[in-house]
Amino acid sequence: MTTLAWLPPVPDWRAALKAISVAQPDWFDKLVALAQHRLDFVRINALDTILKAGCETSPPKVKQIRLAILGSSTLAHLMPAIRIAAIRREFLVTVYEADYGQYWQELTDPDSGLHAFKPTMILFALDAHHLAAGVNAGMLEQDADAALEEVQNRIRECWRLAREAFKCPIIQQTPLPVHPTVLGNNEHRLPGSKARFIARFNAALRPMADAAGVELLATDDRAARDGLAAWHDPGLWHRAKQEISPSAAPLYGDLIGRIIAAKQGKSYKCLVMDLDNTMWGGVIGDDGLEGIVIGQGSALGEAFVAFQEYARELSRRGIILAVCSKNDEANALEPFEKHPEMVLKRGDIACFVANWTDKAANIRTIAAELNIGLDSLVFIDDNPFERTLVRQELPMVAVPEVGDDPVSYAQILSDAGYFEGLAVTQEDRERSGQYQGNRLREALKSSATDLPSYLRGLEMQLIWRRFDQIGLSRTVQLINKTNQFNLTTRRYTEDDVLGVMRDNRSFGLQLRLLDRFGDNGIISIVIGRMQEEAAEEEGDLLIDTWLMSCRVLGRQVEPTTLNLVAEQAQKLGAKRLVGEYIPTKKNAMVKDHYAKLGFTVVNEAADGSSRAVLDLTAFTPAETFIDVRES
Amino acid sequence: MQDGAIYEQLTDIFRDVFMRDDLTLKPELTAKDVPGWDSFKQIEIIIAIEEKYGIKFHTRELDSLHNVGDLARTVEAKTAAA
Repeated sequence: MTTLAWLPPVPDWRAALKAISVAQPDWFDKLVALAQHRLDFVRINALDTILKAGCETSPPKVKQIRLAILGSSTLAHLMPAIRIAAIRREFLVTVYEADYGQYWQELTDPDSGLHAFKPTMILFALDAHHLAAGVNAGMLEQDADAALEEVQNRIRECWRLAREAFKCPIIQQTPLPVHPTVLGNNEHRLPGSKARFIARFNAALRPMADAAGVELLATDDRAARDGLAAWHDPGLWHRAKQEISPSAAPLYGDLIGRIIAAKQGKSYKCLVMDLDNTMWGGVIGDDGLEGIVIGQGSALGEAFVAFQEYARELSRRGIILAVCSKNDEANALEPFEKHPEMVLKRGDIACFVANWTDKAANIRTIAAELNIGLDSLVFIDDNPFERTLVRQELPMVAVPEVGDDPVSYAQILSDAGYFEGLAVTQEDRERSGQYQGNRLREALKSSATDLPSYLRGLEMQLIWRRFDQIGLSRTVQLINKTNQFNLTTRRYTEDDVLGVMRDNRSFGLQLRLLDRFGDNGIISIVIGRMQEEAAEEEGDLLIDTWLMSCRVLGRQVEPTTLNLVAEQAQKLGAKRLVGEYIPTKKNAMVKDHYAKLGFTVVNEAADGSSRAVLDLTAFTPAETFIDVRES
Repeated sequence: MQDGAIYEQLTDIFRDVFMRDDLTLKPELTAKDVPGWDSFKQIEIIIAIEEKYGIKFHTRELDSLHNVGDLARTVEAKTAAA
């Protein structure tokens, strides 16, 4: 179904609407709050009317996306849903719709309205009737193939033109399976079938989109799940050329909203789960291990198992799992440790909170411990009291409206699209393991009697490697997103990194930290450049970039890195290392980094930036608990 | 279903669609009488009615709707038949 079932219903729609006045300064906040509810087509249009009025009188100061929609059918009825889905996520979308049927012209004409609009995002919404127009059931295989290739090329050309003109992200909507079949179950055996054509086109779109860096809006998948009738009304097609039915507009808008959010890195990142009657049936404190319902062939037990399996799947692709339960901790942990039917293990849970404090406070604790924003958390709880409390106290936390039947939990989470992801990285896959490793490291730390024994006990290895093609995207990612432990905050593109790789008077190092509990991943990047332009700089190696993950502070990684940098510099004939500190709002923590490593500060400017040097001829590598080896 | 009840329910729908508390429905009311009642709004009204009553208007039925009276009669007939 296309209802926004995971959102809570509005208690009193008319009253809520009346309470919003665009003359008041809080109008946008109230609108955003109302958008977090289960809205249908009519209500979304009403909110959109207020949104338009409000933006005219006092535009809110939030991120704006300029979305151009290029389509071949009527789309105007879908715009309000897109705008409301955007404010649901606290950003604004201004929509430009290309003139009816004019998408190609608008793309190619530099004087078009599309060009004047200067989009920051483009959505191609070409409908199935338009795309399959050149195909008919009388066609032979080769003509149908030629038609498919022609359409694919046309789409690729659209993407190319759009990218060239606007250099912005592109979303491609997949056409709906609107054509009735002509052959039947084995429609694929009729080469000229329009239904088959659209199915083949949609299948081909997936690798095309990957190759071109385009995101798909998979309305075809949704129609398969919700049923075509939920998405498409042939009567409305004939009456108004609307491919997507207005009843599906709220969900359509939300799908676009979540893709835009994902593009900005704003998808939710963590699932916080209640335990009693959410992860198992019953109350562990009362029913004990033997009494809780999980697995064991009962329908209810198997439903809880399925939910845990879904949560585990989410964690396998990088979503963090946490527990927030009103229980004695020992009781809450028991099933994880001892129940044979439990799917999730203690190690799968990055943050486990079980006590008698209120859940809002506990969720705050969880966010702080995981060092992520409250607005990255999704909280699932079968108890409407808890859900209401958390929604009230922490409106930025997503709380799906789940019933008390676990059969629906996984589907509700999936439908809600909280964790919309556009790609899966190695870091995502390693995330769960890293939290597990961190827990074990913390446990070791608290049991170790002193720092040296803790560090020795970690059995750390620093594996270093020069910049290479395999690590290229991770290198670029780290360079561009590390803000705190970053001495100079120089941002490099892929091309810039390739430039460092080609320069034999420079070096770029990627450093990976392993320890007894696992792989911490690439945790530091250093770029050094021999300074050979001025005579007085001869023999100087400038540390152009030194950044490190805060996760590995306090473990002697810095002095160990310095040993390595000195060695690499000496290979290039350097006599001195030169370190720079360029202050930003976020990197105050490394102001004295070079001084702490034994450099002499030679220059301090009024803006806080500084320059420090280290005489390599007088340098002795520090002794640390970290083994260094080249990968 | 009583005629009065239908008019009351339709009034609710119209008031939500047009965001007006003062809208009253009479059989002779047409699109010309209500500012903003364009084909876009017409579709909205139909969708809302279909969702509320669990009915689906046919093409000819939609073509035959010229005023609120036609609408109410058609809804009445379709819900009675159910």
